Amino acid sequence: MSHVAVSDARPAAPAPHKGSLSARSLPRWAGAGFAVVSIALAVGIGLVFGLQSKVQWGLIAALLFILVSYAVTTAVENKRQAKDRVATSLVWVCFILAVIPLASLLWTTISRGTKVLNGYFLSHSMAGVPGFETGGGVYHALIGTLEQVGLATLISAPLGLLAAVYLVEYGKGALAKAVTFFVDVMTGIPSIVAGLFILTLMLMFDLGPSGFMGSLALAILMLPVVVRSTEEMLKLVPNELREAALALGVPKWRMILKVVLPTAIGGITTGVMLAIARIAGETAPIMLLVFGNQLINTNPFQGAQSSLPFYIWEQYRVGSDAAYDRAWAAALVLIAFVMILNLVARGIARWKAPKTGR
Amino acid sequence: MKLQRKNRLRATALGVIAVSSALALTACGSDNNSGGGSTGGSGDKTTGAASSVKCDGAKGQLLASGSSAQKNAMDLWVKNYMAACKDAQVNYKSSSSGDGIVAFTQGTVGFAGSDSPLNPQQVEDSKKVCSGGQGINLPMVGGPIAVGFHVEGVDSLVLDASTIAKIFNGKITKWNDEAITKLNPSAKLPDLAIQAFHRSTDSGTTENLTKYLSATAKTDWPYPPAKKWAASGGQAASGSGDVAAQVKQVNGAIGYFELSYAASQSIKTVDINTGASAPVKATAENASKAIAAAKIAGTGKDLALKLDYTTKADGAYPLVLVTYEVACDKGNKPATLGAVKSFLAYTASADGQKLLSDASYAPIPAEINAKVLETVNSLS
Amino acid sequence: MASSIATDTPPPPAPASAQRRKQSTGRAGDKIFLGLSRGSGIFLLVVMAAIAIFLSVRAGIAISKDQGNFLTTFDWDPAGSPPVFGIAVLLFGTVVSSIIAMVIAVPIAVGIALFISHYAPRKLAAPLAYVVDLLAAVPSIVYGVWGALFLVPYLGGLNDWLDQYMGWTYVFEKTEVGVARSMFTVGILLAIMILPIVTSVSREVFLQVPRMNEEAALALGATRWEVIRLSVLPFGRSGVISASMLGLGRALGETMAVATVLSPSYVLSLHVLDPGGGTFAQNIAAKFDESNQLGRDALIASGLVLFVLTLLVNGAARMIIARRKEYSGANA
Repeated sequence: MSHVAVSDARPAAPAPHKGSLSARSLPRWAGAGFAVVSIALAVGIGLVFGLQSKVQWGLIAALLFILVSYAVTTAVENKRQAKDRVATSLVWVCFILAVIPLASLLWTTISRGTKVLNGYFLSHSMAGVPGFETGGGVYHALIGTLEQVGLATLISAPLGLLAAVYLVEYGKGALAKAVTFFVDVMTGIPSIVAGLFILTLMLMFDLGPSGFMGSLALAILMLPVVVRSTEEMLKLVPNELREAALALGVPKWRMILKVVLPTAIGGITTGVMLAIARIAGETAPIMLLVFGNQLINTNPFQGAQSSLPFYIWEQYRVGSDAAYDRAWAAALVLIAFVMILNLVARGIARWKAPKTGR
Repeated sequence: MKLQRKNRLRATALGVIAVSSALALTACGSDNNSGGGSTGGSGDKTTGAASSVKCDGAKGQLLASGSSAQKNAMDLWVKNYMAACKDAQVNYKSSSSGDGIVAFTQGTVGFAGSDSPLNPQQVEDSKKVCSGGQGINLPMVGGPIAVGFHVEGVDSLVLDASTIAKIFNGKITKWNDEAITKLNPSAKLPDLAIQAFHRSTDSGTTENLTKYLSATAKTDWPYPPAKKWAASGGQAASGSGDVAAQVKQVNGAIGYFELSYAASQSIKTVDINTGASAPVKATAENASKAIAAAKIAGTGKDLALKLDYTTKADGAYPLVLVTYEVACDKGNKPATLGAVKSFLAYTASADGQKLLSDASYAPIPAEINAKVLETVNSLS
Repeated sequence: MASSIATDTPPPPAPASAQRRKQSTGRAGDKIFLGLSRGSGIFLLVVMAAIAIFLSVRAGIAISKDQGNFLTTFDWDPAGSPPVFGIAVLLFGTVVSSIIAMVIAVPIAVGIALFISHYAPRKLAAPLAYVVDLLAAVPSIVYGVWGALFLVPYLGGLNDWLDQYMGWTYVFEKTEVGVARSMFTVGILLAIMILPIVTSVSREVFLQVPRMNEEAALALGATRWEVIRLSVLPFGRSGVISASMLGLGRALGETMAVATVLSPSYVLSLHVLDPGGGTFAQNIAAKFDESNQLGRDALIASGLVLFVLTLLVNGAARMIIARRKEYSGANA
């Protein structure tokens, strides 16, 4: 496809011939120069017309930047170079546009979260702390999250692993196709739907809310992710390894356990950890299933629990400054938890990169 | 092979570290918040009241949920109760009256908090969970519904029922509307759009507000009183706290919530012109005067109240709500019965009720309260 | 590409390996292992089936009791008498907010992906890609709280500006006063949330463009933009489409971020700047607690519609990806 595209380009390629090697070109600092000029102009326009919003200034500056660089480059170099410059600046603008909100999100969380985040906050629950007052902590929610996520992992990691082994090592025919298809479908289940499903079960069997119910919903969300990533990793294990093992007379199940899985274990671990990171922040199913709690409840099978995302939601809804501070601090804890999982997962991936045999 | 074994060793070590750190973590947390951290607020004033709590061997965890209007009172009660009864834990989830009643009729919670009594259908539903009995309403917390506003440069505002109805119904859209300026000749009202906030979820606060509006300003509020917001337009927020937060944040906003939200967030509240000699401020004291005129409308053990929203008595704030604790008269779950009885007995006791006025709520009138206590002690 | 090896040439069947010595243990072990792994696969199917059946049954009960039209009613009152509820507003809101999110996020995400793969200095590119991947893991409730406390106040100015200068488009006309707790804000927040995932998938695709194609174009004197337009974008088109679909699937099912930011109502309006509207997931989260049995069934019915919707979108994305894989396999 792309070959064709390139050959199409050929007629357009020849540049104007006025001394092709010594064509006039803008100096390297031209981009920066345009930026300075357009920002200055934008500030000028903003002041003259009395525009209040700094966002408008920024937009005008960006627009001017593109116009100025296009005009100047067309004049000095040529249209093609001008287009290239416009594309470059557009890409930069995209990048900056995206960085602003994301940086603001992280900055807000960190700057507001560190206000109340300390050892006390991490080691105390909300027992007996009225929502409007300061004090209290996140410990009960932290325990809840760890236990629920841990249970979900205990359920879905072995199941997902085995299902992936089935797909890669045994899978043929209609069953494997069906499983592959439904794993894809399952990745798309909105988390609230998984929560609804467990809740209907819960009401049917007359069970009370507990951390375990939450982890069942989380396990449903986690399962397809584990299957998918494990499958990819197992496929990367070179076939020569399998054949060598089989040729030595090793039964297939031992071959899988001793050769295939150990080879891919790094990637599998990474996949599982990324899946954990993904479900640790799930709020919607937790909201329906674990009830929420102000107190420490270390037993996930009995009684209401809390969890970090639920805690954030709960504190957000209280609506006072003290509660907002707690919400931000909990958000920071949650983000840190997820990020650490991510980093560790990537570390493992690098440490035990699958030996692709190349 | 050697390399593999080494890796496995490393993995085991990692696992051991993870598990042991998790164990260490479970050991170091604490539910005890009585020491540092919490400062000021109404909590400290009332810790002495805990001495009157009778635990009666209440054990285990009591789940409860419902009205967000009584959340601030509940927070204090729970704090004191748990300080006195180490074996019992009360977990009150503040969401909405509708939520509480559903959770109660499904048997999820030991008692529910609701700003309006059970309707006949809900009583019917409750018979399923109360073996041999039914759900009853125990009036526990009274309070003024404050109409909070946020207009820069305006510190006090007087409105009457019909103006409030017109504002929430979208008929009055500017703060300098003639209807408002007439009631507030001295205030400097800006030419600013009114942003009315209401509750998006089924709410007892909404029901009480609309009961008041339809009792006193029928022509301007044509909708029947309901938990669900009936008027079109305006903006919605999910809980009392959420509405209060919006009013605090947005210039030109008006919203309604239980007074303690206004007090703790320092939101200015509307004085209501009831036709009495002077406009009435939204205070716990003034609300008590209105609630004192309430009559018991429930039969048997049910103590649902009938409130008089049209009162014109001097200093009686008519826009009030009463939050009921809903429990079974008979057939409470044995596991939580002890805790329900001892906790509700505390909240209905003299100490429990005294704590209310400190936290911008209104206590229940003495004679009704006596009946509540009596009923609580007879729960089974 | 390497992944296709394993499926193309499946390892020889197990019986071939069953040699004289460990015959018995091998066979028993094989049977157990096969049973376990096949069982897990089947379990997965059972769970899926259970979800589908459960939701359908519950939804059926609810719809049969609905006195309004489930598809066209503009209200949600299953507790009322008669019970009336319909998904019109929710479906509309879900689609509109997702479309806004896509319109904003996809071009920007492609831009960032190109930036990382082709424009950024090499030293910057790797950490950037890393950061983008990490951002994909920020929990949605954090986006929600940030959106409600930070984004909404900031967007007030933009909303007024759009109303003033773009009001003639009808869509950007603001007919009701209110802070920016509108569908448009929800769309922007969703755009920010799906940006990382769309970016990271697109970037992967752009990096897979055969080096030869780009070098050929460069050798012919093409500018960097021409290289991208002529060789990178055509190669990556289907990848970008499927990345967008994945993002769309996420936007459709997002719950908490919408629930914190939106001022919900059951009014269907194309004025995206007005407060109001609702989405499936937001409605479920907001109403579930306080619903009675019928109300819950009604919400489950709406959840089923959401389920089908995301299923269609994800299915389409997978099909496009699958087709692309065939292409790239042929290229390699």
